[in-house]
Amino acid sequence: MQFSIATTLDDALAALAAGSRPVAGGSDLVVGARHGKGSLPDSVVAIDRIAALSNIESTPTGLRIGSTVTHAILMEHPDIVNGYTALADASALVGSPSTRNIGTLGGNVMNASPAMDTGAPLNVLGASVELQSAEDESHEVSVASLWTGPGKTSARPDELCTAILLPHRPPRSGSAYVRLEYRRAMEIAVVGAAASVELHEDGTIAEVRVALAAVAPTIISVDVSAIIGASVDEATLAAVAAAASERATPISDVRASEKYRRHTVGVMARRAVEAAAKRANGEHIAVPVNRAVGVGAATLQATGVTK
Amino acid sequence: MSSDMTPVTISVNGTDYPVTISPSRNLLSVLRDEVGLTGTKEGCDDCECGACMVLLDGQPINSCSYLAAQTEGRSVTTIEGLVTGDELHPMQRNILEEGGVQCGFCTPGMIMSTCALLERCPNPTQEEIQIGLSGNLCRCTGYGTIIAAVARTAAEA
Repeated sequence: MQFSIATTLDDALAALAAGSRPVAGGSDLVVGARHGKGSLPDSVVAIDRIAALSNIESTPTGLRIGSTVTHAILMEHPDIVNGYTALADASALVGSPSTRNIGTLGGNVMNASPAMDTGAPLNVLGASVELQSAEDESHEVSVASLWTGPGKTSARPDELCTAILLPHRPPRSGSAYVRLEYRRAMEIAVVGAAASVELHEDGTIAEVRVALAAVAPTIISVDVSAIIGASVDEATLAAVAAAASERATPISDVRASEKYRRHTVGVMARRAVEAAAKRANGEHIAVPVNRAVGVGAATLQATGVTK
Repeated sequence: MSSDMTPVTISVNGTDYPVTISPSRNLLSVLRDEVGLTGTKEGCDDCECGACMVLLDGQPINSCSYLAAQTEGRSVTTIEGLVTGDELHPMQRNILEEGGVQCGFCTPGMIMSTCALLERCPNPTQEEIQIGLSGNLCRCTGYGTIIAAVARTAAEA
């Protein structure tokens, strides 16, 4: 294997153009190739020392998150926690403290696992990614059109994800990501759901988006437009659960059966909508929301989030 | 593989170790087999168990899943780096006194995670200790004594 450390974006793009694959924290790449049993790429370029990729900055259209920003930063960054809370919920659940220290948002996005925790939040928050190559100007691709299958994206091999772009949030909006997990750390989503909710003054739903993790070959969104205009009540949440379960096309594997995933993703979706609506209404639910409404949560009754 | 051998300088516990390695080697294997510091353990080799935990520029990382060549110019701290002369680090002493060591295989990783936790959070709650150690598995003691050792170390500081 050939290895180089890029300190500028141009160096990294040149290495990609020559056939290298990028590594930031390595938590996906290196685990996948442990002891040479799998295979590392023939050539790897480290991109984690490129200052231009490591910032979070406000832009005229919203927030720009450099691709090598880590989950440890995201879960505590005030702009993310306050404005894009579902993403903070997700980053706070990734792996363990060590995973979150080296794992990056760009790595999570470009690894394109259908069980990725940050994917459903990015979907409901309307995120796009910025791709750049040595050959072309940078361009934006919505996350929905980026992910094309398990571990597959529409990006070319010579393109580097340089940033994740989040549009401004409307007033009276909130978001949440809820994951079904069997343990509290080093876990991969059995299923997961994110929601973004915008409320009218009277508390009825003005806008709502729901996306699901680990129930299809990619992160998928659910059409919940039928509940726009409704109150956030039992009938509304039941409709969300039904729509999510119907939309899901899960597989059976070692972690759950198809039937179990289909049912529980509906439960996660209704919890996500309920928590997002509470946040939109100004109620404080700490990050990660899983600790308030998840399986085995100690403070279930304290927050008043049901089921 | 030999054609890919590359000189890399790994800085461990304040000492520079020049090694010539394949850049595909993980930090764990280089620490143990090239540098010769075997306190860091290989448990799962799958980024799950935390036995291989070391500090990179003060932050905990799973050394089984990190390329050794990527540490060039950075500072690695292992369990061997915590001892001052013959004197154990307070967490080393406390984990022994609280009975938090049985087979001992997870212990170095537990202690490295604790050091990182107490550096950023000197007075952790029980939950913060649990989260701080959530990437470290123990199959012997059942965690209670380990958590007690962390709390005692924090209280003594």
